[in-house]
Amino acid sequence: MRVTVDQDKCVGSGQCVLAAERVFDQRDEDGIVVLLDAEPSADQHDDVRQAALVCPALAIELAE
Amino acid sequence: MTDTLTGPAGQHAEQTPEYPMARADRCPFDPPPALSGLQDQGPLTKVRIWDGSTPWMVTRYADQRALLVDPRVSADTRHENFPHQSESLKARREMGRTFINMDDPEHARLRRMVTGPFAIKRVETMRPAIQRIVDDLIDGMLAGPKPADLVQAFALPVPSMVICELLGVPYEDHDFFQTRSRVLISRKSATDVVLTAQREVIDYLDELVGRKLAEPADDLLSKLAAEQVATGELTRRELANMGFLLLVAGHETTANMIALGTLALLENPDQLAILRESRDPKLIAGAVEELLRYLHIVHSARRRVALEDIEVGGQTIRAGEAIMLPGEIANRDAEVFTDPDRLDVTRDARRHVAFGFGPHQCLGQPLARVELQVVYSTLYRRIPTLKLATDVDRVPFKHDGLVYGVYELPVSW
Ligand code: HEM
Ligand code: SF4
Repeated sequence: MRVTVDQDKCVGSGQCVLAAERVFDQRDEDGIVVLLDAEPSADQHDDVRQAALVCPALAIELAE
Repeated sequence: MTDTLTGPAGQHAEQTPEYPMARADRCPFDPPPALSGLQDQGPLTKVRIWDGSTPWMVTRYADQRALLVDPRVSADTRHENFPHQSESLKARREMGRTFINMDDPEHARLRRMVTGPFAIKRVETMRPAIQRIVDDLIDGMLAGPKPADLVQAFALPVPSMVICELLGVPYEDHDFFQTRSRVLISRKSATDVVLTAQREVIDYLDELVGRKLAEPADDLLSKLAAEQVATGELTRRELANMGFLLLVAGHETTANMIALGTLALLENPDQLAILRESRDPKLIAGAVEELLRYLHIVHSARRRVALEDIEVGGQTIRAGEAIMLPGEIANRDAEVFTDPDRLDVTRDARRHVAFGFGPHQCLGQPLARVELQVVYSTLYRRIPTLKLATDVDRVPFKHDGLVYGVYELPVSW
């Protein structure tokens, strides 16, 4: 799985961090998404899919 | 029926259902049956609102989400066809204008000034302070007379103290802005009363920003005053408008989730027992999501205008037409949630749209989540005998409010 995020679209909702905190973080100054791991291990995949599903800005793309 | 679905506005007045609709007497937690019924008629239908206009009603979860994130859809309340909630909300569309009623890129520019403090990790650092506030209020309630009104004794002060602390608004002034925000969120308030109430709160915040500029403290208004007003990015008034949004959005909503959520749990004792007996933060967090889904308190529908022609379920919403997106029926969409009318605190409800969807999705959601997690994991454990001190049929529900909930909740223990 390859993860990409679009920081321009991101609205800083934090939903991705709640779903998969080992893969996503937020910038300190404005809460915009930071990708911690672009190729998460298999045990993370469900959580990452959940993050992409609930992201309100559709800012998370997955290539599986 | 097809006539109602496709006929031009006004031509089939007798067939276009009026919105808002009434809830069923015995089902205070369920959306109005007539509203749920629209979902069976198809993905797109029309309703008639207070001013006689007939906006589109989008009935299904998937279509609502797709439209709310679509850049061809506008949240700008100044649009001539915007489906306002009431006469008074229409009258105050220019007043207090801030990012909730703007489109990108202006929306994003302003929203990003305040997203930092609401990031997950930042809000998490507030948890111990929130726990203290909740414990102190419970101590106070237990020391006071029985029955108590849970709304005044607990549900309202929790979010109010938290948002005041975060913004740097003196909590001593809470009577002043709570009486005014009550006026603002009732559909029944007269227009001039609403305009006065809003102007008074914004004037108050404007003056407060002035004081923060002169004597900065460690709070969000001081930070924004220094970073945005002093540098000319925002005028003092613009910051006061933003502060107003945070103050009002931040406490009525969470307060209603606390009181209505407690009533829903008291009426579903098996679910309450699961919560009370669990020490698992994951279960508590999941229960918060389920209560958000099930209750969907912001029951006045997201409201938008199409900027271009948009295809939905084989029909076309034309450029300039008004759109309503009632999340309470999206959260009960059987295509997404199995047995949707059942409150089940153990289900995975995280996909709900109780905080909206798209660029305007609730800014305060991380804070609301922590507040509700602390409340739901503390209140019922500390007062295991908590019970309703009246008949559920006598509880005054906020049918006329922009946000659903209860006006008061007499409880005993
Ligand atoms: C359980 C409690 C809450 C619920 C159910 C709730 C619900 C919502 C919903 C549905 C929206 C979307 C409006 C739209 O799309 O037109 C929204 C937006 C917003 N909420 Fe909340 N909210 C809650 C708590 C809070 C708190 C605690 C704060 C602030 C401290 C807050 C601040 C905001 C702001 C600033 C917006 C506008 C965001 C934007 O336009 O970009 N809310 N909320
Ligand atoms: S869920 Fe989406 S919008 Fe929210 S912080 Fe993550 S990437 Fe940004």
